[in-house]
Amino acid sequence: MLHILRQIAKTGIKTDAAPNADLDNIVVSRLQEQVLKTLGRALAIRQVDAGSCNGCELEIHALGNPYYNIEGLGIRFVASPRHADMLLVTGPVSKHMAIALQRTYDATPEPKLVVAVGDCGCSGGIFGESYASFGRVANVIPVDVEIPGCPPTPTALLEGILAAIAVRPPTATPADNPDAAGSS
Amino acid sequence: MDLARIGFAAAALPSAVPARRCPVDAIGLLTACRVMWEQGGRLVALWACDDRDRDRGYAVNVVLQDVDGLVLLEHSLPSSESTYPDLAVIFPAANRMQRAAFDLVGIASEAEDQRPWLWQASWPIDQFPLRRDFEPSPKWQPGEEEYPFVRVEGDGVHEIPVGPVHAGIIEPGHFRFQVVGEKVLRLEERLGFVHKGIEKRFEAMNSATGHRLAGRISGDTTVAYAWAYAQALEAITGVEPPPRALWLRALALERERIANHLGDLGYLGNDGGFAFGLAQFSRLKERLLRTNLAAFGHRLAMDYVAPGGVAHDLSPASAVAIADECGMLAREVARLKEIYDEHDGLQDRFRSCGIATPALAAKLGLAGLAGRASGQAHDLRCDLPCRPYDELAVRKATSETGDVAARAAVRFDELAESLRLVRAIVDALPSGDIAAPLPEPPAFRKGLGVVEGWRGAVLVALECGPGGTVRRCHPHDPSWSNWPVLEHAVIGNIVPDFPLINKSFNLSYSGHDL
Repeated sequence: MLHILRQIAKTGIKTDAAPNADLDNIVVSRLQEQVLKTLGRALAIRQVDAGSCNGCELEIHALGNPYYNIEGLGIRFVASPRHADMLLVTGPVSKHMAIALQRTYDATPEPKLVVAVGDCGCSGGIFGESYASFGRVANVIPVDVEIPGCPPTPTALLEGILAAIAVRPPTATPADNPDAAGSS
Repeated sequence: MDLARIGFAAAALPSAVPARRCPVDAIGLLTACRVMWEQGGRLVALWACDDRDRDRGYAVNVVLQDVDGLVLLEHSLPSSESTYPDLAVIFPAANRMQRAAFDLVGIASEAEDQRPWLWQASWPIDQFPLRRDFEPSPKWQPGEEEYPFVRVEGDGVHEIPVGPVHAGIIEPGHFRFQVVGEKVLRLEERLGFVHKGIEKRFEAMNSATGHRLAGRISGDTTVAYAWAYAQALEAITGVEPPPRALWLRALALERERIANHLGDLGYLGNDGGFAFGLAQFSRLKERLLRTNLAAFGHRLAMDYVAPGGVAHDLSPASAVAIADECGMLAREVARLKEIYDEHDGLQDRFRSCGIATPALAAKLGLAGLAGRASGQAHDLRCDLPCRPYDELAVRKATSETGDVAARAAVRFDELAESLRLVRAIVDALPSGDIAAPLPEPPAFRKGLGVVEGWRGAVLVALECGPGGTVRRCHPHDPSWSNWPVLEHAVIGNIVPDFPLINKSFNLSYSGHDL
């Protein structure tokens, strides 16, 4: 036990130690502000791998490490789409995952946001469209914001999540924001 | 072993490790597999090709490995009506590979199990994507298949279906548990959800850029796949990359191994109820990835390995940063290992959990890291070292207990060894060019690449077509051999231990589904 406490004390807080701290801190503080302003509570994200090579997932995982500390910003990844405000979807959407993705989307309560992650999620990427792939996420479900990159860095992911909340606050009902309904 | 000695016509096959190719008839295929198996040989990969455009019908290709190197057995079939012997009776892992070969090329083995494996009703079952006359139709829509899972019946037995969308941030797949109370009686996997047509996509690429697709077969193994692809193309063109390029590839590969082991050790702690471990290891992994960005231009070193060499040189500043980082990581990991080892709660979860005994591992062909944790002491870097591993004297990490604790222990040992290797590589890095120009590859020439990735050996079999095109490329992940073993390792364990057991194997879905 003493070992553990010593290691924790020795490690200290790493969240401020980002090498490009200026950029990261601006993104982070804007994100935190926006989450509180528009939601007044935590943002719950359900991540869906709809056919990715797993590269994007590695960087989404990195958001949870002490340097990005996404939970400290009031954002958490939830186990069910029924608990989610936002779907974070990586692609390309394989044909075998299309039905599961559609059902996950249907199971997410309105109002909801969809963020497509990675070059494949945005455009189909190197895999494109084929007998086995629908390509970009927007070919299967409506998408609010796209985050390009192969894979996008954790900072790019944070910026994209921020952009999504700013573009279409998930607390707005469809009636408040008729233009955005079903936008892609 | 030398198959030529028992009457097979074997010829050298271009590859970075000793490899031979052997045309075989049906009896020869079975005999060669059986003889190799009796001598301790293992199945690496099985795939099929459509060679009708060259009046050669279809071909089944099988790669076996033993202490002498790789053997590619090539068995031609005149038409899709003809079948080939069921190799799963010798190598059980062949079962799913044979089913996948039928789904994609439409030639069947004589096995009793003819269920689809990669096919999931998204295209007509009588259409085969890797046939050369395959024409997809925009009218085909995903459907729902009725997959015949094996059901256990009896008092109190019930079924738990899980996936394809899982609760965590992980890849999709379906698990069907048959349980009584909390105890798992049987697990059956259904994979193929992330099948995105990688092998077909290769055929629309030029061989000079195929490494980019190879590097996206499984994102956590991007260096190993790109290197294996580059090896195959270099073997076909007869080009040897400059020494500095080979050492830099090994540097990137060992850092990929360190990154994945750091990540896994963190998540193993987390899944064992010890979140401290995840916070600590993910912190170290992030440090490593940031150094990667400066050294290789990419956090995961994607597109760093290219045919002929590497994409850019290592700066002196990055070399110093990497050397310093090795010392820091070695100290931190040693301290965390002590904490893990002394933590009763964690060890209670790790020990005797998810056991794959050495006997089971040998029978089913458990490969790579998971295999080494179950007494299967195979590591390409030691057994068939390509350059520069022939100068690095890699120490193999093994364990005999085959439980979660063993797979964690092997990761700790390999982590320490890879840190030593990284340091040794940076210290002894040769000077000179970082890439050699590649001529246009001759058409219809085949080459193999095989690299010990962090999960196990990844293989790339490449055949070029006219004008530098890719005629056929089959990438093969060790997960093919290891997924079936997971089904056995969970039997008798409780359902809540499944995530921990699954994480301790950490197998690839994308690398398997292709």
